[in-house]
Amino acid sequence: MRLGALLRSAFVIGRRDFTATVFSKAFLFFLLGPLFPLLIVLLFGGIGANVAREAERPTVAVIATAADFARLEQAHSALERGLRGVPLVRLRRFDPDRDLAEQARGLLASSSPPVTAVLSGLPAQPRLTGAVRSGDQIHAQVELLLTQARAAPGSPVAVETMARASGSTASARALTAHGGQALLFLLTLLLAGMLLSQLIEEKSNKVIEVLAAAVPVEAIFLGKLFAMLAMSLLGITVWATAALTGLTLLASPGAMEALPPPALGWPAFAILAVIYFAAAYLLIGAAFLGIGAQASTVREVQTLSMPVTMAQVVIFALATAAAADMDSPAGLAAAAFPLSSPYAMIARAAQDGAWWPHLLALLWQALWIAVILRFAAGLFRRSVLKSGPQRRRWWRRAVEAS
Amino acid sequence: MLRQAQHLRDEAAAAYAIEAHDLVKDFPGKRAVDGVSLSVPEGSIYGILGPNGAGKTTTLRMLLGIIEPSSGHRRLLGHDQPLHAAEQVGYLPEERGLYPAMTSREAIAFMGALRGLPLAEGRRRASALLADRGLGDWEKRPIRSLSKGMAQTVQLLGTLVHRPRLVVLDEPFSGLDAINQEKLEELIRAEAAAGTTVIFSTHVIAHAERLCERIAIIAAGSVAFEGAVDQARDQLRPIVQLRTRSPDGPWRAALPPDARRQGDSWKFELPPGGPEPLLRALIDGDAGIETLSIERPGLHDAFVAIAGEAAAAALRTGEAQ
Repeated sequence: MRLGALLRSAFVIGRRDFTATVFSKAFLFFLLGPLFPLLIVLLFGGIGANVAREAERPTVAVIATAADFARLEQAHSALERGLRGVPLVRLRRFDPDRDLAEQARGLLASSSPPVTAVLSGLPAQPRLTGAVRSGDQIHAQVELLLTQARAAPGSPVAVETMARASGSTASARALTAHGGQALLFLLTLLLAGMLLSQLIEEKSNKVIEVLAAAVPVEAIFLGKLFAMLAMSLLGITVWATAALTGLTLLASPGAMEALPPPALGWPAFAILAVIYFAAAYLLIGAAFLGIGAQASTVREVQTLSMPVTMAQVVIFALATAAAADMDSPAGLAAAAFPLSSPYAMIARAAQDGAWWPHLLALLWQALWIAVILRFAAGLFRRSVLKSGPQRRRWWRRAVEAS
Repeated sequence: MLRQAQHLRDEAAAAYAIEAHDLVKDFPGKRAVDGVSLSVPEGSIYGILGPNGAGKTTTLRMLLGIIEPSSGHRRLLGHDQPLHAAEQVGYLPEERGLYPAMTSREAIAFMGALRGLPLAEGRRRASALLADRGLGDWEKRPIRSLSKGMAQTVQLLGTLVHRPRLVVLDEPFSGLDAINQEKLEELIRAEAAAGTTVIFSTHVIAHAERLCERIAIIAAGSVAFEGAVDQARDQLRPIVQLRTRSPDGPWRAALPPDARRQGDSWKFELPPGGPEPLLRALIDGDAGIETLSIERPGLHDAFVAIAGEAAAAALRTGEAQ
């Protein structure tokens, strides 16, 4: 069958699936769905951010003489021994320049290393400038370090808060990366599950035979896969519109501007997020459809999809762990492995401003989508209409045994 | 020259809506279809007869390209790849399948769209078809709210909505009450009268006998007979039913050895010599003929003779179910 005819047939199947899903009550639940993942994202994102904060302790640049810094470092070591398990700020010394204010601004803007705050005016007039607030953890720790370092009591640390520092931006970007990954993962998992239930429903109500007699099985496969993708993109559009409207109406003026943008900027990040979502969904959805074709009951699907879901969780965990250090061997492996690549790359989009890795990754993912689609479509064709006696496969035996 | 040869081949192929040669289908551990060959003339009503499990559905699925044969060839409306002719084919599977949430009109239009009919035209035709069958009030009701018979009618209309050249019906009468069976027979006749080729499988011989011009009898995966219904009946000699006043006498020698007594009558195949020598022997032997009828055998008798008593018994079990 020619490609045009195949795509036409896939469109007929996809249009039916899309309208049937979008005009059903279930779609309303689907639209409400993100409320639950959002809670999970907030929870796990928060935990992730804490973990990240622990792993990447804020760096405080200290503008001081070597002697003053040595006393501070001694105090740091003593406290570190005393407060075992409590992550203390990292200290980096810089020789004082002539214009201390200008030097502090320069250090806060620099990303090598990402600096959260600058401590200057040692020892008599200590001053902490950057993404700190009076009484927060960084301020409290610096106060404690100075008390420990001084022989006699001195002036308290003055705090000057600045909206953005390279360190706080890195931390916010790490949070964006974790959030993006979690959202991508949950949405993909949800859709793959929906796709599978729809296929099983069709197998059980015998519609599949009517379809297969009229159009190639590959068209059924593609139609179903892309209908669910279109449905989810519609959902994403609704959610994005609702989120933007909500933020515009509810957030205080200037709050949006204060939100640190991902490394590639919000528009590019949003576009890449949609593309990586589509890639992740097509890779996982195709695999799920191929697997779903082997099963004929919901129980069989549950038995079959469980190991796949667990594998997906492992892949997600790999991508999440790799996000902390994208250029490490683990980070590069997560970006190269097709199933984890979309998750790893969305994290990179949040944290790294280079475009070329995304172009390369998208080409790589497109290649794997083609390979997996072809393989899964073949699996689907061979299995979905199998009739007559069959060998009892291991999962059938497992289901029967249970 | 080559083009002319191709044209002649196409013309020959066009005379048959379906041609199958030595179709074989193996499933793990079982050969479901074993060398089925058949030819369905364009515009005819063709029946595939056989007990449950004989391989009728598997044969139809192979003919339609739903599953691939393990070996053998088939041509559907002149195409080696059956799906290339999908837009000219309508198919009603044995296990009916409709989306329960779809309305009747949408279901029919969707089935038309699968076969290349634009959705808007499909909806228009669906409304007309439903109204023609007195189901106009149900066109916007979901399939799940219809009775089984109504849902079956909707699926049948979906099979016909794109006005196919070939209609394939797998056990179309099963699950229908007597009135709906009669309506379906009328519909099949009307389709054939309009030039559509209709092929259907059944395990109820009466339907095939009333409707079909040609049949294939399938037993245990093989074609035991393929040809015109008359040819099948001609496989048996005419059946004689005889009632005499005299219970016994020299006339009994005129009856063939396999003559069976049924109540106060005798039933047997007309001897090869024909009716005249039989009549003469009966009269000369003082049989006292009360009634004597010579009838062509029915398709059921032919089926028994062709497929064997075991297949006929299986068929009767299926009919009873």
